[in-house]
Amino acid sequence: MAEKVKRVTDIGPPHHDKLMPPICKENYGTWKYHEVLKPGVMVHVGATGDKLYTVRAAGARLVSIYRLRQFADLADKYCDGYLRFTSRHNIEFLLTYDANIDPLIADLAAMGVSVGGIGAAITSIVHTQGWVHCHSAATDASGVVKAVMDVVHPYFNGEKKLPGKLRIALACCLNMCGAVHCSDIAILGIHRKAPRTDHTQVAKICEIPNVVSACPTAAIRPTQVDGTPSVEVIEEQCMYCANCFTVCPSMPLNDPENDGVSIWVGGKVSNARSEPMFSKLAIPYIPNNPPRWPEVTDVILKLVELWAANAKPFERMGEWINRITWPKFFKMAGIEFQKEHIDDFKHAGLTFKRSTQIVH
Amino acid sequence: MAELPETPLLDELEKGPWPSFVTEIKQAAEHHEEARDLLGQLERSYRERIGHWKHGGIVGVLGYGGGVIGRYSDLPDDFPGVSHFHTLRVNQPAGWFYTSKALRDICDIWEEHGSGLTNMHGSTGDIVLLGTSTPELEPTFKKLTEKGFDLGGSGSDVRTPSCCVGPARCEWACYDTLGLTYDLTMSYQDELHRPMFPYKWKFKMSGCPNDCVAAIARSDLSIIGTWRDEIVKDDAEVRKYADNGLDIFNDVVLNCPAKCMKWDGEKLEIDDEYCRKCMHCINAMPKALAPGKDRGATILIGSKAPIVEGALLSSVLVPFWKPEEPYEDLKDLVEAIWDVWSEEGKNRERVGEFIQRVGMGNFLEAIGLDPEPEMVAFPRENPYVFYDLSEDEDEDE
Ligand code: SF4
Ligand code: SF4
Ligand code: SF4
Ligand code: SF4
Repeated sequence: MAEKVKRVTDIGPPHHDKLMPPICKENYGTWKYHEVLKPGVMVHVGATGDKLYTVRAAGARLVSIYRLRQFADLADKYCDGYLRFTSRHNIEFLLTYDANIDPLIADLAAMGVSVGGIGAAITSIVHTQGWVHCHSAATDASGVVKAVMDVVHPYFNGEKKLPGKLRIALACCLNMCGAVHCSDIAILGIHRKAPRTDHTQVAKICEIPNVVSACPTAAIRPTQVDGTPSVEVIEEQCMYCANCFTVCPSMPLNDPENDGVSIWVGGKVSNARSEPMFSKLAIPYIPNNPPRWPEVTDVILKLVELWAANAKPFERMGEWINRITWPKFFKMAGIEFQKEHIDDFKHAGLTFKRSTQIVH
Repeated sequence: MAELPETPLLDELEKGPWPSFVTEIKQAAEHHEEARDLLGQLERSYRERIGHWKHGGIVGVLGYGGGVIGRYSDLPDDFPGVSHFHTLRVNQPAGWFYTSKALRDICDIWEEHGSGLTNMHGSTGDIVLLGTSTPELEPTFKKLTEKGFDLGGSGSDVRTPSCCVGPARCEWACYDTLGLTYDLTMSYQDELHRPMFPYKWKFKMSGCPNDCVAAIARSDLSIIGTWRDEIVKDDAEVRKYADNGLDIFNDVVLNCPAKCMKWDGEKLEIDDEYCRKCMHCINAMPKALAPGKDRGATILIGSKAPIVEGALLSSVLVPFWKPEEPYEDLKDLVEAIWDVWSEEGKNRERVGEFIQRVGMGNFLEAIGLDPEPEMVAFPRENPYVFYDLSEDEDEDE
């Protein structure tokens, strides 16, 4: 009699030792230095002189298993079957024979996949699900990312040079799966109208006290509508964060006429030179214009070019702006400064200019 | 299998040099009804400029409270293939290393049980298997575990820990990011699979202050490698950088935040006593400089995206920690934090917001850590100081 297979749980992921190339195990923790050999290719040299070549290939975050199998084939052909992914969705082929580098790049090119994104370059955009998979999305994610990466591609593959790293990220709503708020350029989907409350449903499918306490600005009050318990939203107090929608499906904010994206600049996470910084608002609102969001790609290309032309070596977007000051940045970028640029949430006072150091 | 839907808008996104997600969906759509209807529904979203997903529902695999994100189309009659389109989060291997075999195992499972579409990887770090129906969840899970994979976190639990490539390939790794990530993941399987916290909890491990996984911006506990002795310097290699055109004075020395470097055109001097371990000079001259030998990590707490009360960066909790297996001291600290936060945290209150509400001083007291000057950018400016003298009075009696 066949034995019943026991259902296993809580085994965790496979151990990385089983999945990394032998050269990584042998040089674990003893790598000496690395060099960028050409766009998208670097070599790490171990204490014993071992050399590991990395070829970084462009990755759309959304990939099919058919594409993944092609990558697996290339890894077999050139890398003894070893590859990895980066935190920004790129694919890294890990080679021990430098003679394999160019044939691999040629095979990738034949698949329409370019290599790049290492060092002072733009690399793939960290992003979220958008209209492909999320109920909260104020914009699509993959489409905007594809359109932006197409226009900045020369900065990915090394055709055009940059003074330093530039990291772009996109989140399709303020939930920010992927925390884009510390990026050189952040694209953030925003709603601009208060939730539409379905009063017949709120009491049935949501917990009214939870809904009331979900709102950071206390814009939600319990009420009765036609004898049924529900909630009312004080619209002047609403900043469209969609916290209420997260806890109560009967309060959607999605709205094709008023949703869109905002652009934020000057954030970073690395501690190099300056401390990590949040991105700050550059453009409050651009309407959704699928399929290629030309207003968004235009402004991002302009910002990249402006920074590239004016920043000193190594200077990140935020470091450059801090040096030249924000008013100068607005002037140079040709962005109109509006009421929305001035913070009015908690601790807003700390963001006011509190000195006379002004570039006139 | 039926023909692919007409997608004039999405077709525009197959043009241009960057890999196209539309091409990926189309490829999967040749074999999977889910992907075909995803394509149709997405075209509709592009036309109408609005998403067509309902608020997530609660679905999962037996005995787990997380790891599956329920998703349903709001146009199930038009697009039955995505009437259920749930996502499985699969715990990635630390450092995102794969053999071609492991990658094919995942592909084969998802060929049989899902849409054929993935995210490599999701924002938290998991392998995301995008889109399947409720009855497929258990069989997918079973096959994953047979191949040595397990689900990741979702909801108010420990989210799948993730880390940079660390010592596996990076000379700057100041501790074993992969080892610690694996250890924490295995130690907290229960907390990862069965939500029991006020809200989510993320661990992120970066091997040095370059922080390649953005730990400081998006993890409740950010463990970032650093060192506390002298930068390792090879003067001959420094000279070579200068000879090869690096402007050491302007681009390295003037960029040092501690102003602790000197360059006389011949020799680079670093006053390590004042070095802030920012990595800049090392990044600029990787062959000449390296982090010191007394390596460890800074532990920071509390970063998060804006929801609910505004975005936060992590702040210093332990200025220097010497990671040593089995990391008991770290786990004691983590569990002390979880105890306090689980007990007193409000629903949907991340630990960073909890600390803002109760005050860092009180929080430190509750978890049994002494205040240290490294924890603040500067001491308080406001004179409204709370004192609790009641204990002293008691002692007088
Ligand atoms: S950022 Fe918002 S809309 Fe985008 S995937 Fe996350 S929760 Fe959904
Ligand atoms: S969208 Fe945000 S601010 Fe507006 S009512 Fe909902 S929770 Fe409150
Ligand atoms: S965080 Fe530091 S150690 Fe980790 S991969 Fe990046 S540079 Fe290397
Ligand atoms: S690591 Fe940073 S602070 Fe230290 S010497 Fe180098 S540039 Fe200066």
